[in-house]
Amino acid sequence: MTDYRAPLHDIDFVLNRVCGLDRILSLPGYIEVDSSVVRDLMSEAARFMEEKVAPLNRVGDVHGVKRNADGSITTAPGFIEAYQAYVDAGWGAVPFDMGFGGGGFPWMVGVALQEILTSANMAFSMCPLLTQGAIDAIMHHGSEEQKMTYLPKMITGEWSGTMNLTEPDAGSDVGAVRTRALRQPDGTYLVTGTKIYISFGEHDMADNIVHLVLARTPDAPPGTKGISCFIVPKFLINPDGSLGRRNDVSCVSVEHKLGIHASPTCVLSYGDQGGAVGYLIGEENRGMQYMFTMMNQARLSVGLQGLSLGERAYQQALRYARERRQGRAPGAPAGESSPIIDHPDVKRMLLTMKVTNEALRRLTYWNAACIDVANHHPDATEREWAADLAALLTPLSKGWGTDMGVEMTGLAVQIHGGMGFVEETGVAQHYRDARIATIYEGTNGIQAIDLVGRKLGLRGGEVVKRHLDAIAEAATRVKKHPDLAEAAKALETSLQATRRATEWLMAHATDPLSMLSGATPYLRMLSTVTAGFLLAESALIAREHAAEVGESVVAERVASARFFCEQLMPASDGLVGAVTGDAQLLMSSI
Amino acid sequence: MKVIVCVKQIPDPATPGALDPSSNTLKRDGKLILDESDAYGVEMALQLVDAAGGGEVNLVSMAPNSETAGLRTALAMGAAKAVLVSDPALQGSDALTTAKVLAAAVQRLGGADLVIAATESSDGYTGTVPEQMAEVLGLPSVTFAKKVAIDGGVLKADRQTEAGYDEVTCSLPALISVTAGVVEPRYPSFKGIMAAKSKPVDEVKASDLGVTPVGWAGAGQTISNVAQAEARAAGEIIEDDGESFGKIVAFLEGLKVI
Repeated sequence: MTDYRAPLHDIDFVLNRVCGLDRILSLPGYIEVDSSVVRDLMSEAARFMEEKVAPLNRVGDVHGVKRNADGSITTAPGFIEAYQAYVDAGWGAVPFDMGFGGGGFPWMVGVALQEILTSANMAFSMCPLLTQGAIDAIMHHGSEEQKMTYLPKMITGEWSGTMNLTEPDAGSDVGAVRTRALRQPDGTYLVTGTKIYISFGEHDMADNIVHLVLARTPDAPPGTKGISCFIVPKFLINPDGSLGRRNDVSCVSVEHKLGIHASPTCVLSYGDQGGAVGYLIGEENRGMQYMFTMMNQARLSVGLQGLSLGERAYQQALRYARERRQGRAPGAPAGESSPIIDHPDVKRMLLTMKVTNEALRRLTYWNAACIDVANHHPDATEREWAADLAALLTPLSKGWGTDMGVEMTGLAVQIHGGMGFVEETGVAQHYRDARIATIYEGTNGIQAIDLVGRKLGLRGGEVVKRHLDAIAEAATRVKKHPDLAEAAKALETSLQATRRATEWLMAHATDPLSMLSGATPYLRMLSTVTAGFLLAESALIAREHAAEVGESVVAERVASARFFCEQLMPASDGLVGAVTGDAQLLMSSI
Repeated sequence: MKVIVCVKQIPDPATPGALDPSSNTLKRDGKLILDESDAYGVEMALQLVDAAGGGEVNLVSMAPNSETAGLRTALAMGAAKAVLVSDPALQGSDALTTAKVLAAAVQRLGGADLVIAATESSDGYTGTVPEQMAEVLGLPSVTFAKKVAIDGGVLKADRQTEAGYDEVTCSLPALISVTAGVVEPRYPSFKGIMAAKSKPVDEVKASDLGVTPVGWAGAGQTISNVAQAEARAAGEIIEDDGESFGKIVAFLEGLKVI
């Protein structure tokens, strides 16, 4: 049996009550079904992930992956079978275009599935996740022929995908990419260079691997304006669709890592035998732009990893805290040791994990709902506003989501005490796995810079203003409920501090040093007050639908909103000083 | 070839169940799921139909509140259609009434070459419904099958016994109960779940099937008493003094397992 159970009740609540699944499903272009279908999908997917994928999490951590002498990779025991079962079940297809074999469901539903898959096994989930990113890029910018050639098999999962951006000297600075692509008379390109940190760059779970590679053509302008994006399949595709000869790309080594051991992180060498055949996506020199269109979704997915690991770690910590007996809790009979969950400090850690996970679920699903509206709403104004809101929320989902992933899995280790520090309990794995998520897909520092540098200025500041006004409006509604009055007060206080920080940053928009120095604390402030808002709003929604959701759900929602707003959120108010503080002090020290 | 599978929809065993104090029966007002022990029968049926080169798998189920969640799972696995008997009048029905109702549902589907049931449900455990159904339907009954094949119109089953297994052959049509593990049930696929939404579920009442009396009125069984299960006794801890294997052997001999 597995030790993970998908939190279907809260997922259902967030999808339907908080994010208006019915409204999203009714947008043009999605499959015509009602939300009960989504409920069925979620419960069957959950059973599959819990029983088939989750038990391999520890196996993968212990065994890792092995690179063989011929450059092939052997994944951990059970991974090939589980991936085949995943492909057979068809879960990867759910949120994609029906024209290419997808299920036609909203991205938000895909995100909910992704939460469960990632909780079950983050290293395993990397394969479908990278495939999803590659599908997204080809879907938006590929030619019709490229779409027909690659998408159907990638959507089923028979072929996986990768994203090849990073090189030894081009990490956060993607513009420094040196991989070359030489145009051939037949219109294809020969790609030569070395890419590093390529997740599932080589593996034994899928028949083919479709690499998306950023490279430069010989006459390309320097920096990000001279980057093109290529499809480089591991096996070339014959005209009849069958797999042809092996392309000139090989895995020359795999990294030894802190976490996600079962996800092969490859160094890929292109063109050792003259050049790998690549197919240009769109036009030359527009590769960076193409990457940006899929970035919201990719960054949201990584933010979700924080939630997924936080949730799995929470479940494990809760179980342990109920079983483990130490010391006597307040009010417990003398001479008896209490389950540690009865100790207030342990309870505080557990509750912090629980409500933070709930907040992250609301933030990330809402972010996905905005992406759905941005892509499918019939009204252009609605689409544009939703796109801007999604753009504002994405660095919060990614940055705050993964920061919290590390903090919450850290609390799970703490609750386990010494048993958390030894590997046998398996809880340390979540902490190690969570650590990469703050780094890749744009470090959290980059997320913060993106927030203050690009997102605050959207529509001259109108996007963030509308968001903060919505929080203010919610606070006045929350205030009317006596049991939530304190929470509403805290929300207003935090909002005030966030407004001050926002205005200060806007006023310093032309002073990069001040903006960049305050970026990270500001991301936390805005994320935290947004989380408080979403939890408070959830409490009101539950109360409004008390007859349907039941009194116990109302009580749980109120408790979550109160604990987060009254006890966790206020800590971030103090960050206003870090946002507006003396940047020269920062720069002149050390 | 047509196979009908009896499927029970039960409260999720992962969440603690409760008895209704007024009737001492299990509360079934929440969401119900497919009894895992029936997933084996559904899979077995799908494989037999597949091996026969064609045909279909139908389902019969009796559940309160028009519940179809468990049926949808079985339909998503690949069954073609279902008859659901849902009727407040059925509350309190005993095993024999259940067997009569399900047998009538089988007849409503026009009968089958083979009817499959689990050996017992995971929430009631009476373990008598399949045999009673066979009697009502006038079919041969094969029980506790751990391996099933159909060869030239003849059912061949390995029947689990305490000592090992019996090889049983039986003419069709027949009713067979299968043990958990007879086959590995498939997970419903995304496409299967979508397809299941439009598969027909024929919901009927006991009176539509002509079965009377039902419920408490028709029950030949009564629930005379309900008691807490005995708390599990503390285990015995044997300190290893280098000779403790002898004590373990003696313990296992005491249980007559070696």
